[in-house]
Amino acid sequence: MLLTTTSAAILMLLQQAPAEGINWDEEFGVEIEERDPVTGELPVDPYTQSNDNAGATPHDSARLVEAFGGADGIRRIAARTVELSEADPRIAAIFAAHDMVRLKRTLGEQFCYLLGAGCDYTGRDMQTAHAQMGVTKSDMNALVENLQAAMREADVPFAAQNRLLAKLAPMSDDVVER
Amino acid sequence: MTALLPSMLSLASAAVSATPAAEVLPPPQIAFVPVLEVSAAIAPDAIEPLSEPAGQDWAADAQAESQAPARDAVENRRPRIAFGDVFAGGKLLLTNGVATIEGSSGGGIARWATIGGRQMSGGIGASFHGSAIELSDYGWRSYGVLVGFGDRLELSYARANFDTRDVGAALGIGQGYTFNVDTFGAKLRVLGDVVYGESWLPQIAVGIEHKRSRDGALVRALGAADDDGTDYTISATKLILARSLLVNATLRYTEANELGLLGFGSAAGEGYELQFEGSLAYQLSRRAVVGAEYRTKPDNLGLGDDDWMDIFAAYALNDNLTVTAAYVDLGSVATFSDQRGGFLSAQVAF
Repeated sequence: MLLTTTSAAILMLLQQAPAEGINWDEEFGVEIEERDPVTGELPVDPYTQSNDNAGATPHDSARLVEAFGGADGIRRIAARTVELSEADPRIAAIFAAHDMVRLKRTLGEQFCYLLGAGCDYTGRDMQTAHAQMGVTKSDMNALVENLQAAMREADVPFAAQNRLLAKLAPMSDDVVER
Repeated sequence: MTALLPSMLSLASAAVSATPAAEVLPPPQIAFVPVLEVSAAIAPDAIEPLSEPAGQDWAADAQAESQAPARDAVENRRPRIAFGDVFAGGKLLLTNGVATIEGSSGGGIARWATIGGRQMSGGIGASFHGSAIELSDYGWRSYGVLVGFGDRLELSYARANFDTRDVGAALGIGQGYTFNVDTFGAKLRVLGDVVYGESWLPQIAVGIEHKRSRDGALVRALGAADDDGTDYTISATKLILARSLLVNATLRYTEANELGLLGFGSAAGEGYELQFEGSLAYQLSRRAVVGAEYRTKPDNLGLGDDDWMDIFAAYALNDNLTVTAAYVDLGSVATFSDQRGGFLSAQVAF
């Protein structure tokens, strides 16, 4: 036992300690993404901005916009949906690796555009935005439940809730990968 | 590693035995580079806060994101298809339908294209149901079990018991004579999704229902050709979200008399016919739905069997328990007309 311990200690002594002051990020080519000082968002690859990226044509109903509490109400619902999903053990891991600051903004814009509340959507199209995420239909269901919870909290009538879901549901083919 | 270790140890022990005595050795000088600032690790406040522009509402988000979710992500990291996940459920409320009296996922009396059980892709689920119908002259009891595989396949079994009460005596088959039929069902989703995908493309499923009457001698005496038979079905179901409306249509190729309770076909040669089952349901909330159904039926035995219809309300008490109440009008059953009454059903799904 003593012999083993002693030999292990000697083997450890024989090792070379790495030199100090090495920038390992540089050695391995790790790029650190800096948040934009104004928007707080991480950079994304360039893409063409268009409302077509929102994935559906917008509703045209002032009553519907009112049911969601206007553009501000819609943005709050989108942000709340993201918060609930980040805290949802079923799907939190999908969100953890992504830019939630950007997601809250673009999701709010998308909802606002689709509900006809006078926003432009500046995010990427659904296929590009969800590429490589490996989203399943169960994940979609969890997100839908969180969106429904956010809309319930904002007292959006159920029929109006479904009218937003009606715009989102057909996009599943671009989002679900397996 | 294990192969390497003995040779390393023998080398080391040779080095040790070569040295005269342990106390003669100079104290070992261990060169090390601190890899972790202990003070920083135990006192996170000591870490310089990220430089953040004052008054930016994203800053709190960004900082929260840079700290908490990294930890959450580690906690949530697990194989996507683990043992627990297989039974994890995951369907949206009510999208597994409610059990029909024949044991399939549907709307009570009409079969839908939905797959029973709460499981999604890669999962296995089950559901159990019990239903009772109280009619003017008859009592209907049915119960059954269903196993679902992914959002793809369901296998079901149901037993229906049809109590003729006073009618039994009137027909001369005995007071309270009870007809029994076993239904073994299978349904496969072939295309589409009831909620997702193109709004014009419904979920489409094909299936069979093999039924075995347990009153063979009697149903033959009543004029049926057979005491077992198989229905073939194709169903299309879609939730039209923009209208909060669920629409279902099923075509059933069948020779069953009164769902098989009175046997199959007729000795006179009546056999398979195409029948229709339709449902229309309005979603009041995530949990509540009201609707109506219509189901056509053959009249192989010439007993004046009518089409069935119902008006129903279903409520999901929680993820697992759904109760359904309905007013049913089965018309004439075995020559006794105006069979209307109440339908009550409970379903537990996992």
